[in-house]
Amino acid sequence: MSAAIEVVDLTMTYGDLRAVDGVSLSVAEGEFVGILGPNGAGKTTLLEMIEGLRRPVAGSATVLGLPAWPRNPALLPRIGVQLQASSFFDRLTAREQIHTFAALYGVSARRADEWLERVGLTEKADSRVEDLSGGQAQRLSIACALVHDPEVVFLDEPTAALDPQARRNLWELLSGLNDSGRTVVLTTHYMDEAEALCDRVAIMDHGQVLVVDTPAALVQGLDAPTRITLADGEVISTREPAAEIARLAGEGRLDHLQVQTGTLEDVFLSLTGREYRA
Amino acid sequence: MSTPFLALSRAILRGFLRDRSAVFFALVFPLMFLVLFGGLFADQSVGKVDMIVVGDVSLIDDQPEGADATFDATFDVTRSDDLADAIDQVRKGDADVAVEQQGDTVVAHYTQTDPARAGITAGALQALVDGTNLAVTGEPPTYALETRSVEDESLDAIQYYTPGLLGWAVAMSAAFGAAATLQGWRQSKLLRRLQLAPVSTRTVVGARVSVTVAVAIVQLAIFVGIGALFFDLTLSGAWWMSVPLIVVGTLCFMSIGLLAGAITKTQEGATNAANFMVLPMAFLSGSFFPLEGAPQWLRSVANVLPLKHLNDGMLDVMVRGEPWTAGLVPMGFLAVFAIVVTLVAARLFRWETA
Ligand SMILES: Nc1ncnc2c1ncn2[C@@H]1O[C@H](COP(=O)(O)OP(=O)(O)OP(=O)(O)O)[C@@H](O)[C@H]1O
Ligand SMILES: [Mg+2]
Repeated sequence: MSAAIEVVDLTMTYGDLRAVDGVSLSVAEGEFVGILGPNGAGKTTLLEMIEGLRRPVAGSATVLGLPAWPRNPALLPRIGVQLQASSFFDRLTAREQIHTFAALYGVSARRADEWLERVGLTEKADSRVEDLSGGQAQRLSIACALVHDPEVVFLDEPTAALDPQARRNLWELLSGLNDSGRTVVLTTHYMDEAEALCDRVAIMDHGQVLVVDTPAALVQGLDAPTRITLADGEVISTREPAAEIARLAGEGRLDHLQVQTGTLEDVFLSLTGREYRA
Repeated sequence: MSTPFLALSRAILRGFLRDRSAVFFALVFPLMFLVLFGGLFADQSVGKVDMIVVGDVSLIDDQPEGADATFDATFDVTRSDDLADAIDQVRKGDADVAVEQQGDTVVAHYTQTDPARAGITAGALQALVDGTNLAVTGEPPTYALETRSVEDESLDAIQYYTPGLLGWAVAMSAAFGAAATLQGWRQSKLLRRLQLAPVSTRTVVGARVSVTVAVAIVQLAIFVGIGALFFDLTLSGAWWMSVPLIVVGTLCFMSIGLLAGAITKTQEGATNAANFMVLPMAFLSGSFFPLEGAPQWLRSVANVLPLKHLNDGMLDVMVRGEPWTAGLVPMGFLAVFAIVVTLVAARLFRWETA
């Protein structure tokens, strides 16, 4: 498989701040990659450089074999981008909005309407974007990013404002896209989302990528003890969960027992610490 | 499926039409001024001079044959015997002049409150005295003067205000539109989103400009329509030249709006900055009142303002009966101004508002 995205030593500075600091990353075609990191880690800045919106101070980003910067009109129809802030035309309805974006990509109005349906906004098609709820606007923004069926999709916190139903539906939609061969890169603060969707996860902090690996490998690498919570509230922390559970079974104490292995969240916290970020 | 250009134009036009305050300030507000000024100053041609004749004034009472027709056309005469009361009436503005005769001298009491009227009064009386002197000598006059006012039609209120207020209306909507769009699209990241779509900057700018130009032409049509229907506006021969003038004027004021959008950080800031540039300019450029009476330095300032040139050009081709070529110099000035300001705005523009 060839690389859909090739990032080498990418750096961005704002004054003294190194918002992205020498990041290298390779994403294969058809891969689903998640970027995790505390607020201000540099996720959005990294994505915007890969999308060709920002000129890197150093390093290079290549998408589908083409340099991301300067803006390349041949590349643009092949990528789909949902920005962290939703960006719409003022005072247009949801339908007018997606029809306009569709026309920019030469996509028919009918296909645009299908996308409204796929993100569950058919009922809200005639509402102005100003009157949509946060989550509805988010879904419209995602539909606008995907309307031209791009080969590589960038989503910056796509599920940030979504209710659980919309979140699950979006997961399904994104998995479907990925199954049909699309490359997806998203940022998220939800560990369950990263575990459920991503082939690989990159954890960023202070502008640098700390680790990139499959969620399972990351959790394994953490080598955290398994926590067993019993019905009476007793918590047992053990490195040999199988033997421990066998012992509990012998004592007849398996009812309402919860077994918790290390999670991606543990990995995340152990790598990035527990302090608030500015 | 429509082309990117059409889709963008439609999106921008819809956004404009649904923005009540934008429509109000582009159309309704200037039209209110047109109706106000058109109605207010409709009959402001200088009327007859109200004259009070105190006692016997032989100059007036025994006018030579034929002279009284001219006299009647100029003066409205009332008679009185009380000089003090007559002068008092003049002072209060109820009459323009009180006339009495002392021997062979005619004494006129008038006020300078309204200089134009005072000039007419004094001039008409002087002409009357001169004419009577001439008639008394019995000699035929050597020179004759025939006056024709060149401005009696072109400076009718509606004739003057339609082009001027239209210039202001176009300036406002173009500058505000550009300023608010640039700021709004930058704030909402729509500019960034459009950068990611496979459309050229030319298409995006072209769509924005086309919509503003179309709005300006609608403004022109509505102004001329209302002026002609309700206020007897009559256009002179080369009025069609107002269309290219309006187009270049729109570009010029869009550039000013871009500058306002580039130097400010918020949408309110941008529209305030545009207002700050356009409103004083409208006063100095004669949109609200003629500049003939203004001091020289003020008129020199006005001459570097684009709106002054737009208004002048529009007056020339729409109502003053100048040939279409009269619009060329203003168009040139506006075009150069637009290019220079756009370049400055482009240099000052920052993607980031922080
Ligand atoms: N335009 C800018 N000017 C100056 N500093 C900026 C700018 N944009 C981002 N930064 C800074 O760069 C750093 C990285 O920001 P970035 O938006 O990439 O973070 P992020 O990982 O996306 O955070 P979040 O999870 O909150 O979205 C932050 O410290 C931020 O304050
Ligand atoms: Mg971010």
